[in-house]
Amino acid sequence: MKRKVQSVVIGAGPAGLAAAIEIAKAGGQVVLIDENSKPGGQLFKQIHKFFGSREHRAGVRGYNIGIQLLEETKELGVEVLLDSPVYGIYKEEDGLLVSYVREGKEEAIIAEKVILAAGGMENAIAFPGSTLPGVMGAGCAQTMINVHRVLPGEKVVMVGSGNVGLIVSYQLLQAGAQVLALVEAAPSIGGYGVHAAKIRRAGVPIKVSHTIKRVIGTTEVEAVEIVQLDEKFNPIPGTEEILEADTVCLAVGLSPMTELAWLAGCNFTYEPALGGHIPVHDENMETSVPGVYVAGDIAGVEEASTAMEEGRLAGIAAAEALGCYTEDEAKALKQQVWARLDALRTGPFGQARFDAKKHILDVAKGGK
Amino acid sequence: MKEGVKYTGIPSRQELSSCPGIVDTERFEKGPVAVIECVQEIPCNPCEDACPFRAIRVGSPITNLPTLDGEKCTGCGVCITQCPGLAIFKVHKNYTDTTALVEFPYEYFPSPEVGAEVDLGGRDGAFITKGKVVKVQRNKKSDGTTVVAVEVPKEYFMDVRTICRNK
Repeated sequence: MKRKVQSVVIGAGPAGLAAAIEIAKAGGQVVLIDENSKPGGQLFKQIHKFFGSREHRAGVRGYNIGIQLLEETKELGVEVLLDSPVYGIYKEEDGLLVSYVREGKEEAIIAEKVILAAGGMENAIAFPGSTLPGVMGAGCAQTMINVHRVLPGEKVVMVGSGNVGLIVSYQLLQAGAQVLALVEAAPSIGGYGVHAAKIRRAGVPIKVSHTIKRVIGTTEVEAVEIVQLDEKFNPIPGTEEILEADTVCLAVGLSPMTELAWLAGCNFTYEPALGGHIPVHDENMETSVPGVYVAGDIAGVEEASTAMEEGRLAGIAAAEALGCYTEDEAKALKQQVWARLDALRTGPFGQARFDAKKHILDVAKGGK
Repeated sequence: MKEGVKYTGIPSRQELSSCPGIVDTERFEKGPVAVIECVQEIPCNPCEDACPFRAIRVGSPITNLPTLDGEKCTGCGVCITQCPGLAIFKVHKNYTDTTALVEFPYEYFPSPEVGAEVDLGGRDGAFITKGKVVKVQRNKKSDGTTVVAVEVPKEYFMDVRTICRNK
């Protein structure tokens, strides 16, 4: 006999923690499963103060938000299974079978509702020398400095000016590294101006319309050649510049980790503004497979504040479907979350994500 | 090269002069005041709650730029460490006859020593002038963000924004 539970949440990052908290708060039974040895996802390496409003815990450093969420899961008695990679979701007669590995053994739980909050994975770009040791994801460098307290290098070139590139550059400076330059292929900076301003005040040049041409080195990064790009993104000959760097960090976007959603048979839609192929989901974050919900980066790459709100939304909806809330109770709670999500998706940085999210809802209703 | 924070990471003169978080020249003469260099509509409003005198207003939508009421602002400076973007400074233009006091958030180690003479830079990090560290404040509420106050020649009150990190 397989163990049966009301709900399983896969991924204990900001979205998954928020979802599990909402289900437990409603009185539902929930098991939170994560492949890592510690819960929290990427929150514990976010040492900067978060944006948003008071409801989004703005002004609080990310790792402190992580501590608060873990305390809440503890108080609510959420069962957390760590070191447990989930490798499959199968439709059974009596629910969804979630298969995972724990301490080298295969285990499985049958759940009425499953929330996928697997997160995102860093993208990479290829250039001559991109496989040399010393070239790494910006998120990887951030884990090294802020979680393991190891400086990956002393002289860094950052590629990509989204908020990840800007924030990790700042944190590398705080950790004691030099950031020789931040290069961005687009003609303007992708992330928030305030993040860019912080590293400019520290003397870091931000070179828009520039890219990495090659990394020089035989067994490791010894230098980096950058080049200016024209408006069609073609390198302009004669503008090459050599930087004596020992580390290259790539902050060129994230992709949703959708493997489990594909396995579960979810329908997908392609949303470039949200990182690629996204499982179609409705206002309740429920996918085309009944009982399977998504939240956080898997539902479209955004940031931790929206991930937490989406987690809450999926958790409330799943709790409602389990009978923990009446329709009216759930409606009121969901409206509050939607209002906060809409607020996070306004302005010049939010509009494209707002439109893409709206498109997903339209697709869920049968549109194109 | 195009000007402005979107292209350079530095708010341009134009962006700063039309920024509602910066008071008029008259107000600077009257005493210490906050300088909110927030020029992009991002979803963020902790500064609004931070001000004990309700001098900062964001309102709805949350992407509004913060507006600073120079009459209500006492120059207490509590907003400096509450801005996640480290975009709030404090300026006392008439600190003495010849010098101004500029305060800025600083999140690097080591913290400067009070009384030290340091190299001070602008929004691009480049050296502008030497100045004296007058105060180094850090408390539980500032949550790891140190506020450094430096005395600078008066003419640089709207230029000095950091301690130089690059030589």
